[in-house]
Amino acid sequence: MRLGIDVGGTNTDAVLLEGKTVLSWAKSPTTADVTDGIIEVIEAVLKNANVDRSALECVMIGTTHFTNALVERRGLLEVGIIRLGSPASEALPPMSGWPSDLRTHMGETVFLLPGGYEYDGSELTPFNEEKVRRAVKKIRDAGLRTAAVSCTFGLINPAMEAKTVAIFKEEAPDIAVTVSASFGRSGFLERENATIMNASLVDMAGHVITSFKRALDKLGIVAPFYISQNDGTLISASYAARYPVLTFGSGPTNSMRGGAFLTGLKDALVMDIGGTTTDIGALTHGFPRESSVAVDIGGVRTNFRMPDILAIGLGGGTRIHLEPDAYDKDSLAVDSFTVGPDSVGYRLNSDSYLFGGTVLTASDIAVAGGLASFGDASLLPKMNPVVVKGLLRQFQKMMEDGLDRMKTAQGKVPVILVGGGSVLVGENLMGASTVIRPEHASVANAVGAAIAQVGGEAESIVSYDTVPREEAMRSLQETAVKKVVHAGADPKTISIIDVDEVFLSYMPGNTAQLRVKAVGDLALGKNVGKNA
Amino acid sequence: MFESDLKPVTLNQQALNDLAVGCAFLGSGGGGDPHYALLELSILIEKKGPDFHIDLIPASKLSDKDLVAPCGWLGAPTVSLEKLPSGTEALAGLEMLEEIMGREVNAVFPVEIGGSNGLAPLILAVKTGLPVVDCDGMGRAFPESQMVIFNVHGVSASPAVLTDAKGNSFVIGAVDNITEERVARAAAVSLGGICHLFEYVQSGKQVKDHAIHGTLSIAVEIGRSIREAKEKGADPFEALLDVMRSFPHYGAAGILFDGKIMDVKRETKQGFSVGHLLIEDFAGKNQMEIEFQNENLIARVGDKIYATVPDIISVMDRETAHTITTEQIKYGQRVKVVGVSAPSVLRTPEALEIMGPKAFGMSDRYRSIEALNGWKGSNDAQ
Repeated sequence: MRLGIDVGGTNTDAVLLEGKTVLSWAKSPTTADVTDGIIEVIEAVLKNANVDRSALECVMIGTTHFTNALVERRGLLEVGIIRLGSPASEALPPMSGWPSDLRTHMGETVFLLPGGYEYDGSELTPFNEEKVRRAVKKIRDAGLRTAAVSCTFGLINPAMEAKTVAIFKEEAPDIAVTVSASFGRSGFLERENATIMNASLVDMAGHVITSFKRALDKLGIVAPFYISQNDGTLISASYAARYPVLTFGSGPTNSMRGGAFLTGLKDALVMDIGGTTTDIGALTHGFPRESSVAVDIGGVRTNFRMPDILAIGLGGGTRIHLEPDAYDKDSLAVDSFTVGPDSVGYRLNSDSYLFGGTVLTASDIAVAGGLASFGDASLLPKMNPVVVKGLLRQFQKMMEDGLDRMKTAQGKVPVILVGGGSVLVGENLMGASTVIRPEHASVANAVGAAIAQVGGEAESIVSYDTVPREEAMRSLQETAVKKVVHAGADPKTISIIDVDEVFLSYMPGNTAQLRVKAVGDLALGKNVGKNA
Repeated sequence: MFESDLKPVTLNQQALNDLAVGCAFLGSGGGGDPHYALLELSILIEKKGPDFHIDLIPASKLSDKDLVAPCGWLGAPTVSLEKLPSGTEALAGLEMLEEIMGREVNAVFPVEIGGSNGLAPLILAVKTGLPVVDCDGMGRAFPESQMVIFNVHGVSASPAVLTDAKGNSFVIGAVDNITEERVARAAAVSLGGICHLFEYVQSGKQVKDHAIHGTLSIAVEIGRSIREAKEKGADPFEALLDVMRSFPHYGAAGILFDGKIMDVKRETKQGFSVGHLLIEDFAGKNQMEIEFQNENLIARVGDKIYATVPDIISVMDRETAHTITTEQIKYGQRVKVVGVSAPSVLRTPEALEIMGPKAFGMSDRYRSIEALNGWKGSNDAQ
């Protein structure tokens, strides 16, 4: 029996899953200290299913906490930034292309220092210990608690980053240091971006993961717990605490995989309608379609493996900008209103007309149009049905345009609606062969967390002069698959999702570093083994 | 878009974004991902204030005696992802060039329009105020510097000036253009695999006579057509093919393959990114293999050839029509392969000797992309 939890910005959801059956589910508002909200939903799901906590085999938590913190610029720590590679790369200083307000949050303690490697492993410029030590002391004396260290071609040789960490240990042992070698993909700026964002969030991550653990401890749950990451696989809680950026894409991934699981569909578009945005993603063969281009998180370019998501600015809390004197007119002029993109977000329960506020939101219109009933409809302003219809048509059009942009081919596709805001969508969506609102649609995210996959990575340095490339690939893929099976996956569900090859030109002969990642579904009814 | 109706073009930030998209596509997989160059350009422009823009001048506006300097980066795109510019390279090279020539350079333009090199002279222009001529020497991107129309027409590559991020510089005076490439490549390899280069310095008259005209504004239009199609919810590939068929230099265009990247073999060798990629169609039946040396050179399914150099072969994200340059291709990406006929000046027997399949050591005789695929011919076929 598995417990999936989704800690979102507005709600914390939980589902209890046995095999393919949802035994029970619960929702409660996310609390300032996330512990209380988690305890509340876990107690509710256990009670609803009349299940004892000792029956839980493992707990999976998906959270958008860190993504939201970045998007909303909340609780970010100032980062001491060290880049090793000067004079190369100075044309594009750290945080190039970032939104300026986010740059402000990260502070201005930036050091462009000599160092770095060339592609053949030789030194770009020599490591200057004295300059690094001076920078570390300045970061310490500025009172910063976290730092990011990136090095040109640090992927083929992590030594200079490691030396820098050692100097931090000597001069400022309390500063948490993130190094770019942890985010193993080439593309210097994107790797450095991830390193800086991670450093900024690492303190919060420690607290949040501790809160998760505290909630489970308080309830006496001893089952192992995992966090779901970008590509829908699980990582250990301690790993997530060190690398919170790895959870950035887990929200959409979980809602899409949850939608697939709840409907049994392998190829469909999934619309996750929340309070602020609607995320549209495509399922192909049961997997979220990956973005082949760099993904912007909170306006920052990254190169994580992430689902290809189109976010449109329409959710339950989206503001409708229309003059109040036009509410009751018998026509709605096209240029008299705009929908969003701003949203009242979690303040829906106080600011919208339905809840006694004075802001016209998409939810007010959905209730006025009879698509949903919640809040207090008697508090709605007097509106002409023609105006309401016109606005609903506009919602529909925005959703349909989004669907059309995410479609891979002409013709109609099944559409799965999940998330709390799915009431905004009428029955017929143009371009959809069917519109499915599966049971438990509002907790699809938590379902996605509960069915998260296990991954296994295998890596080795191979000389193709002694082992042919095909053979090396094949044997490494086998190793990765074995690891996934060992971690508790059902062998029938395993697939290779990533193969990465970096030629090590500084090694003799034809030598490459090969990395393979395989994933698989957890075998049902099995406990999770060691996550590779 | 003929010489006579070329007018000065003004580029604002939106047009530069479009230009980067168009350059990436024309790069045939090479020339480097324009993202970093665009970012560098945007940072410079932001400092100049909201009304700043870059003007492109048509070659017809040059005086015959003007001194014009084509420029760009030479090396392996895989390196340019990791070793970013210091920002001093082009300026240092320009100063040296002017010293050698004993006079000021009057204008610059990209030696190749494809990839990030299409943006390189714009960065220099923002820093120096030099005008940028709306033309290039390739109409696409090629891996080697002698693969340029100026070499086909007998213009000398020397004196060439090569500079790196650390302040190293080389002046190359080679007796022929192949030697210039060899020396420049060897220098680039020893300096870390990526360098800035001025070469084929020429007079205004030579630019008018030899360059491939209007390619910067063509790239802007390519980017714009893809963007506008996406804004309208129309198919960006249809828009791209339509616009490619409308340009006098190009004309034949189509989708060569559609599938998922199954294998990428890519290494940095002798200053190039070389390797191959395998794309499998969604039925799991056929695989297209594309060989590359910075640029995509040949696309085959089994024994059947679908396109070879100098025709353009670009791999694009099948949903967004974003061009994925060779150094950015990853396992699992879902892509469409788009082919376009090269400008006819690259298809003459003399040009094919220098930039056709034989120049890359391939035994396959060049056949045009329209003949291989049964498409309508190119627009400027001779």
